[in-house]
Amino acid sequence: MCSSCGCGHDGARVTTLGEPEGHPHDDHTHEGHTHEHVPADPGTRTHTLELEVAVLAKNDELAAANRDRLAGLEIVAVNLMSSPGSGKTTLLERTITDSTRPVTVIEGDQETLFDAERIRRAGARAVQVNTGAGCHLDATMVARALDSLDPEPGSLLFVENVGNLVCPALFDLGESRKVVVISVTEGDDKALKYPHMFAAADLVVVNKTDLLPYVDFDVDRFSADAATLNPAVRIVPVSAKTGAALDVWQQWLDAL
Amino acid sequence: MHELAIAESVVASVLERTADRHVAVVRLRVGRLAGVVPDALTFCFELATAGTALAGASLEIVEEHARAHCRSCAADFVLDDPILLCGCGSADVQLLSGRELSVTSVEVA
Repeated sequence: MCSSCGCGHDGARVTTLGEPEGHPHDDHTHEGHTHEHVPADPGTRTHTLELEVAVLAKNDELAAANRDRLAGLEIVAVNLMSSPGSGKTTLLERTITDSTRPVTVIEGDQETLFDAERIRRAGARAVQVNTGAGCHLDATMVARALDSLDPEPGSLLFVENVGNLVCPALFDLGESRKVVVISVTEGDDKALKYPHMFAAADLVVVNKTDLLPYVDFDVDRFSADAATLNPAVRIVPVSAKTGAALDVWQQWLDAL
Repeated sequence: MHELAIAESVVASVLERTADRHVAVVRLRVGRLAGVVPDALTFCFELATAGTALAGASLEIVEEHARAHCRSCAADFVLDDPILLCGCGSADVQLLSGRELSVTSVEVA
């Protein structure tokens, strides 16, 4: 990884707000490497090599290293996942104000520094990871973001994943808990439509409850569906905009 | 489209073990609840192998059913979707397998 700009071989960029953008890259190149392709000889006999390796083993090892690193600093890390526009950043802005612990945030988006700037204005330190074409954060990106962010011991770290109800569910980042945010404008059928995400969640925040009078979102139906995928999951309906029931969310965080 | 990231992980984990040897076939075991679409993975595999010693290799995917245990009636059963419900009507179900995503073997020259 380039320690100046945070770019790496996975195509993601890590940006710490307040640091100048752009610098010369004299000492290294940023092109991907290639291998010469040796064509197959149709006459060559092949033999079977048994491997039995988990495809995501490398990500899982890096996630375990992130988890150890965070545990050593007594940092609680929450991986926040949802579709785009569910209100994750608004929820974080409120949480930064309400939290009894210092909060730091790793922001994941394909492009822009918008969310990290909002978090900084709300009073917390943040780094932005731009994944480019990538649809999720992985453990490598979080490790690099942790190097830049350097969260203080005893703090609460949020990883705001790329807005996507599919891909982030598969990638362990080294978090303590996975939280899924769904807003009532998205519809109450989303748990069964995106089952992997809701099956992986420790807690689901149902956001924008101030809009319930205007939409057909049945909180009970949604909660029952989520329970068929994940019997242990806890559902917390809130409005990050009005502040309704945010004390329940805050109590859950305080208990971690 | 996390299948591209998965395909890249497959390529990296195979290359780690085969170095520059030519690989003709890569075999994967994918559980039905792994959250991976085999067709999308096959499409991405061709992109991820381009320019590597795996270029031109074929991908063989064996899909496996998920298995679960019902704590109410003690039955073990097969399921193909993530809805944890036993035929007896109980939702007190423990998932035993179905999220595997492994490279099982390769054919090398």
